[in-house]
Amino acid sequence: MNEQQQTLWQFMAQQSDKLLTQTLQHIGLTFISLIIAVLIGLPLGIFIARKRKLSGPVLGVAGVLQTIPSIALLGFMIPLLGIGAKPAIVALLLYALLPIIRNTYTGLTGVDASVKEAAVAMGMSKWQILFKVELPLAMPVILAGIRTATVINVGVATLASYIAAGGLGEFIFGGISLNNTNMILAGAIPAALLAILFDFLLSRLQDLNLKKLKTAAAILPVLLLILACFYFIPSAYGGKLTAGFTPEFMGRQDGNLGLRSKYGLKIHTVVISDAVMYKACFEKELDVISGYSTDGRLKAYGLVVLDDDKKIFPPYYAAPIVRDDALQKFPELEKTLNLLSGKINDSVMTDLNYRTDYLHQTPERVAKDFLVAHNLYQPERGGSNGTVRIGSKIFGEQYILASMYTILIKGYTDYDVATKTGLGGTKICFDAMTNNQIDLYPEYTGTGLLAILQASQKDIDAVTGDKEKTYNYVKNEFERRYHIKWLQPLGFNNAYALMMRKKQADQLGVKTISNLKQYLERK
Amino acid sequence: MIKIDHLSKSFGKIKAVDAISFEVAEGENLILLGTSGCGKTTTLKMINRLIDPTGGKVFINGENIMDQSPELLRRGIGYVLQNNGLFPHYTVAENIAIVPQLLNWDKKQIERRVSELLEKLHLDKKYLSVYPNELSGGQQQRVGLARALVADPPVLLMDEPFGALDNVTRSKIQAEFKALDELKRKTIVMVTHDVQEAFELGDRICLMDKGKIVQIGTPAELLFNPANAFVKDFLKEQRLQLEFKALRLNDIWKYLPSQTPKQGSINLHGDVSFWSAIESFKFTSTEHLHIKHHKKDEYRSAGFEELMAAFYQYKKQQPHE
Ligand SMILES: Nc1ncnc2c1ncn2[C@@H]1O[C@H](COP(=O)(O)OP(=O)(O)OP(=O)(O)O)[C@@H](O)[C@H]1O
Ligand SMILES: [Mg+2]
Repeated sequence: MNEQQQTLWQFMAQQSDKLLTQTLQHIGLTFISLIIAVLIGLPLGIFIARKRKLSGPVLGVAGVLQTIPSIALLGFMIPLLGIGAKPAIVALLLYALLPIIRNTYTGLTGVDASVKEAAVAMGMSKWQILFKVELPLAMPVILAGIRTATVINVGVATLASYIAAGGLGEFIFGGISLNNTNMILAGAIPAALLAILFDFLLSRLQDLNLKKLKTAAAILPVLLLILACFYFIPSAYGGKLTAGFTPEFMGRQDGNLGLRSKYGLKIHTVVISDAVMYKACFEKELDVISGYSTDGRLKAYGLVVLDDDKKIFPPYYAAPIVRDDALQKFPELEKTLNLLSGKINDSVMTDLNYRTDYLHQTPERVAKDFLVAHNLYQPERGGSNGTVRIGSKIFGEQYILASMYTILIKGYTDYDVATKTGLGGTKICFDAMTNNQIDLYPEYTGTGLLAILQASQKDIDAVTGDKEKTYNYVKNEFERRYHIKWLQPLGFNNAYALMMRKKQADQLGVKTISNLKQYLERK
Repeated sequence: MIKIDHLSKSFGKIKAVDAISFEVAEGENLILLGTSGCGKTTTLKMINRLIDPTGGKVFINGENIMDQSPELLRRGIGYVLQNNGLFPHYTVAENIAIVPQLLNWDKKQIERRVSELLEKLHLDKKYLSVYPNELSGGQQQRVGLARALVADPPVLLMDEPFGALDNVTRSKIQAEFKALDELKRKTIVMVTHDVQEAFELGDRICLMDKGKIVQIGTPAELLFNPANAFVKDFLKEQRLQLEFKALRLNDIWKYLPSQTPKQGSINLHGDVSFWSAIESFKFTSTEHLHIKHHKKDEYRSAGFEELMAAFYQYKKQQPHE
């Protein structure tokens, strides 16, 4: 425990710059949206307290807005407002609206009727009654609503990092993808503390007696504005180009950290979720993103991969891996699987992924079309000489490869095939293999090296610069440890990659990451 | 001063007030009396436009109130609510100063007027900076009254101002109310459903039932000349006390023993109610009251027995009910 805390403190101390920035962004996001929500919600609440017939519909709509899952709401915002602060603030303010409108309405309608009547009878005008009687008396209830909204906002603002609006979510979600507890806590603890702190401060405000409340009501807007300004302090710097990296990429040695240390790349960076990153780049919200080199979206959005000339991204060459006993049991197998060796390069794989992901063709059809086009297709022989069990992980590329192997085995041998596709992630797939549930599945050298073998840093440094070395290392180690054989690579490398819009890259003459760095440093 | 002309108000099908007409003279205290739901409050609120009539007119000083801006109209009319309607977020001083603030008085003037009123209403200065919830019901009601009186409006409307108080507090405040010099000059319309209160405080009483006026007149007229069985029935309870309250000493003047005035010994005027005359025996040690007719230069003197005798003689002269 003590040690855990120690390292957490160390992590926080080491990342104090980022922590401060993220915390300020978090506070800023929370309060900008809160101010706008108050500016909208308060008048709306007053309005429906006057026109009670409208209270049902208005509160209903605000209620529905609040039930939309946060991620979905952020997603809806992107086509409308792009990425970054704008959509995040709008999403946050939509969540904050309900408690503010509702409490304003409840507070105003709850003001003692005889007090209101006395105000009218003494000759106060409608506005005088509103500002001198109704609002002050409803203020405790309204403040309670603002308090609820603030706490909600602190929580939801963690999700702002999905769409590059910053905040403590960068640490939280980065930590989750990297399985780094300290990083998660470094984001989660300050977020929780902020929620508790604001809740406490606002509760104090609520408890103030009515007299002091008048002063407080005057100070509050000013205070909120100051807090809201926090958001602009950290983002005051800009740059020629903007990069959007996933939280995971941000924290990896073979990611942003390597970019900084090996390339010395300094680029204005925002953190964004994988789900919206490609689109954001396409829509010129971002210029450089961290993606996977064979992702179908590369093609769909006209992006191009920058060459990793200093080889910081480990190679992720794909190859079928097969149990040794299966190779003995099915002597024809190795030869058949190797028919695909070297046949699929990056752009071919990207195109195949594009067909399934964007043209929504079935993996079977994409596989067959490819084999026919490359004169590898043979009709099924209907063999019954044993059954080969093929597995795959749960994404498109793996389905396509599994289908190709199925067709090839059925066409070239007398074996039958059983497929067990969709085996979750690497761990599930590999466990199925070692437990003799499947005979083969397509794997990537980088995954083998880092996730399965969990090689030492020394070994990693020794081999990752070269694809052959990496391949040979995993091949030998798998044979030694698991009696599993890596067959010949298919040819493509589905690795981390930096990418840009092709048009922009051409214009700027950027082909490699080093080019990018040079461009950024040029005045 | 106030003229009500065929005033009506319907809430949907309910005729809360049904074409009533009456007038209130300057300086008069008119009581709207009646059972619950008979339209008293509705009538009162139509005078300062808290409720807009569905028919008829109201004139104050000959001017139709619908021709004035409601805010300005209301600033010239004091209004006291049953449960005071004080602003809980204002101190006593701020509550009283609401109308002067609206009228843009200067600070000094407001301060002077507020402390003057506090004194008249027997409220300690220490309450100035206190919030209404820290006051007793009686004190709150006094502040409510002060708030209505502060700008010295010629007209005062009061909706059961003493309704929420216990009996002891109520009679104490009622007594103060009667003695308050500020109120003597005012034209007051006051709502109550307490007959005793009506007789104690009213110059005239307007008895209402189901939105209509049953009888309007002085307490004595209602008591000794009831328009119908409803009026008689309404005044049935504690009739003797009502009669005491309805009669002025002037009314029984001829039955009282005459007397030549002694210097400085006058302790009552003829316009005082019989009830107050008997009560004064409770508070003063004198055996005899020296009374001056409040219009003529005549004097009478009476002890308790002589007073009661005069009362019964007067009663005998009244037409039999
Ligand atoms: N805002 C309203 N909407 C509908 N009906 C009303 C409204 N105000 C009053 N009424 C009705 O009008 C009638 C007269 O009401 P009002 O308040 O004038 O009675 P009141 O004589 O003051 O009674 P109380 O002694 O109980 O105060 C009642 O039947 C009441 O139900
Ligand atoms: Mg009433």
